[in-house]
Amino acid sequence: MATETQVEVVMPQMGVSVSEGTITKWLKAEGEPIARDEALLEISTDKVDTEVPSPGEGVVAKIMVQEGETVEVGAVLAVIAPEGADVSAPAAEELPPAPATQEAADASMAAASEGVGDVAEAASGSGPQSASPAPAPAPAASGSDNGRTFVSPVVARIAAEHGVDVAQVQGTGNGGRVTKKDILAFVEAGGAASTKASAEEPARQEMPAAPGAAVEPQPAAPSASPATPPPPAPPAPPQAAPLPGAQPLAQGEAAEPLTAMRRGIAEHMRRSLDTSAHVTSAIEVDMSKVVAIRAKLKQEFEAAYGVNPTYLAFIARATVETLREYPWINGEIRGDKIVTRNYVNLGFAVELADGKGLIVPVVKNTEGLNLLGLARSVAEIAQRARDKKLNPDDVQGGTFTITNPGGYGTFHGTPVISQPQAGILGTYAVVKRPWVVQDELGQDVIAIRPLMNLTLTYDHRLVDGALAGRFLRDLRKRLESWGESDY
Amino acid sequence: MAEKTYLQAISDGLRQELQRDERVFVIGEDVGVYGGAFKVTLGFQEEFGPWRIIDSPLAETAILGACSGAAMMGMRPVAEMQFADFISCGWDHLVTVAAKQRFRVGTPVPIVVRLPSGGGFSGGPFHSQNPESSFAHIPGLKCVCPATPEDAKGLLVAAIEDPNPVLFFEHKHLYRRIKGEVPDERYVTPIGKARTHREGDDITVITWGAMVYTAEEAAKQLEGDDVSVEVIDLRTVMPWDKAAVLASVRKCSKVLVLHEDTRTGGFGGEIAATIAEEAFEDLDAPVKRVCAPDCPVPFSPVLEKAYIPQVEDVVKGLRELAAY
Repeated sequence: MATETQVEVVMPQMGVSVSEGTITKWLKAEGEPIARDEALLEISTDKVDTEVPSPGEGVVAKIMVQEGETVEVGAVLAVIAPEGADVSAPAAEELPPAPATQEAADASMAAASEGVGDVAEAASGSGPQSASPAPAPAPAASGSDNGRTFVSPVVARIAAEHGVDVAQVQGTGNGGRVTKKDILAFVEAGGAASTKASAEEPARQEMPAAPGAAVEPQPAAPSASPATPPPPAPPAPPQAAPLPGAQPLAQGEAAEPLTAMRRGIAEHMRRSLDTSAHVTSAIEVDMSKVVAIRAKLKQEFEAAYGVNPTYLAFIARATVETLREYPWINGEIRGDKIVTRNYVNLGFAVELADGKGLIVPVVKNTEGLNLLGLARSVAEIAQRARDKKLNPDDVQGGTFTITNPGGYGTFHGTPVISQPQAGILGTYAVVKRPWVVQDELGQDVIAIRPLMNLTLTYDHRLVDGALAGRFLRDLRKRLESWGESDY
Repeated sequence: MAEKTYLQAISDGLRQELQRDERVFVIGEDVGVYGGAFKVTLGFQEEFGPWRIIDSPLAETAILGACSGAAMMGMRPVAEMQFADFISCGWDHLVTVAAKQRFRVGTPVPIVVRLPSGGGFSGGPFHSQNPESSFAHIPGLKCVCPATPEDAKGLLVAAIEDPNPVLFFEHKHLYRRIKGEVPDERYVTPIGKARTHREGDDITVITWGAMVYTAEEAAKQLEGDDVSVEVIDLRTVMPWDKAAVLASVRKCSKVLVLHEDTRTGGFGGEIAATIAEEAFEDLDAPVKRVCAPDCPVPFSPVLEKAYIPQVEDVVKGLRELAAY
């Protein structure tokens, strides 16, 4: 059924704490017909990249925000009108400009500072069964997506001449773009005593003369009015850089835009280190039993369910069981309270296929999943992460995180906690090592055993070292004593 | 001063030059006995005689070849192409000989070629073109495209005075539609100087010929949007008034280039490129072009209307720029 009145498409709320999103691609042009729920555009937030479906049927009457621009949640992105309808575009005030700084990102984002953490690859241990990552498109790295709205040459020049941060100016152009008029008005407002003419004047005077073009005096310049001194603007930066922090490239340097995801990761990493008192403890685990049982179960699971029982699934299962006894490690400090849960929502750090981002999808209520269920859920959500098919809810609500920086053979690391959680478990490469064990006569002998290091990085504000040590001890015990009938 | 049509202004200017300067003569198809296809030279043969108002064979090559030779020998020929479209037959004389003679051997070639151009009357592909950009591309040729009766007379006089070959594009659609005050006495409108047809602050439209009026209508409609549009009438396409264009661009920072010629290789591209090179830091939006599509001019009135830029096309372009 066609839309009867025009419908506005707004930037969706992609999670509680997401405040803005970047338009990465319009899938329809103005004037194109569109069906209800047909994909209209692609957006990128610091959480997920996703498609936005059309809320109605008709034609794309007006696109309000251009590709590469970042707008707040609720901003009008486009108008869908009934075919042949007269379109009235929403007023420009309804389009808030992109905020200058990134709002707080959510806790479930990007926990592993090592930045490797490819679940599937690590989880399969030796690797041959690891899910080959689908060649996913680069996340929101379309070149124009620098998370800022476009600054036109004349606006950049005026900003440089007057030392104005364009992000501070309210824009009235397309998608909240700052127009020449906007910035001139801003400059004018800044110099209280000055007239508009005097605000425009310096721009003219400093204008580089075009070669060969003898420009005549501007008819618009008020020659009659005495030249009021220009507004007391701060001196222009020497490099005429309109954006703060935009230093020119030195020879040999190259620059690429900071994607929304990378911005989110950067913010969250820094915030986590500023919040929690990070301490890391490590323990060595003899994985002999797990290796043996996995070898046995692998064929059975794959034949019956098409699921690979990865090492990660074993570790996750043991972790969930152990967390039951250590509620604070599965808890958080919330204000002046310690919050604990009767469930475990387990986050897994997943590296995206292009190596340019990390995302932490969450498997909910893992306390109710057996080994098969966990293996299946982890594989499924990791694949969806790589295919960019995650829903906003998939990256929220984690209570504890597992990261696997050992996929490439590293044996130790100190990951960063995914806020506001209290801990993150690091898993590392399984390696065969000479190991002292007791033989059947009680004598010490050296055996070859598959060893894995596990680290627990915890928030020392909440978790004491002894508690962390006991947690790791119990976790090791579970893994080393894994029985054939344990799930 | 009297009110005259665009056509009368051309006719008056030409007559005055014939009266003033014995070296001036007119040659073309049906310009004598018949008075010209559009009656610009009506009564001229009676007044100046068949040796100065020459009915030529139907051969543009011969007309322009004769003009080149006569000009080199000191005459001031004014040729009429019955339709601007037919000038392609005379390309070699104009481009290879006339345009390069001064550069090559120092001989001036003061030819004026009058070119009834433009569409809007279902003339189809052979009687409607605006080939100014083809000749603006040839060093040594000047291209004049007046929009008002006053400019048509003043620029024709300037063209006849000029020691170089000048192509005088007179828009057929303006011949009898456009009237204006034209001084009776002789005057010269300098080649290479633009004219501000309408002042504005928000968007500059750069155009010439009949499109000046299309731009004006569109600019009026934009008043309702509280957008102030400046219309620059280039008047001459080669040489063109870069300084005037850049000054207006610096004032408004948003530019629409409008022409009736087709888009690719149209002279608007040269203007847009120059703006990008020399006024980049003054732009607040991409330079927009509104022009005919890359297609021959259609006969059908409906198609021709779709082909030639209309007021609504310009309004649409201006609104997009205003919203940018």
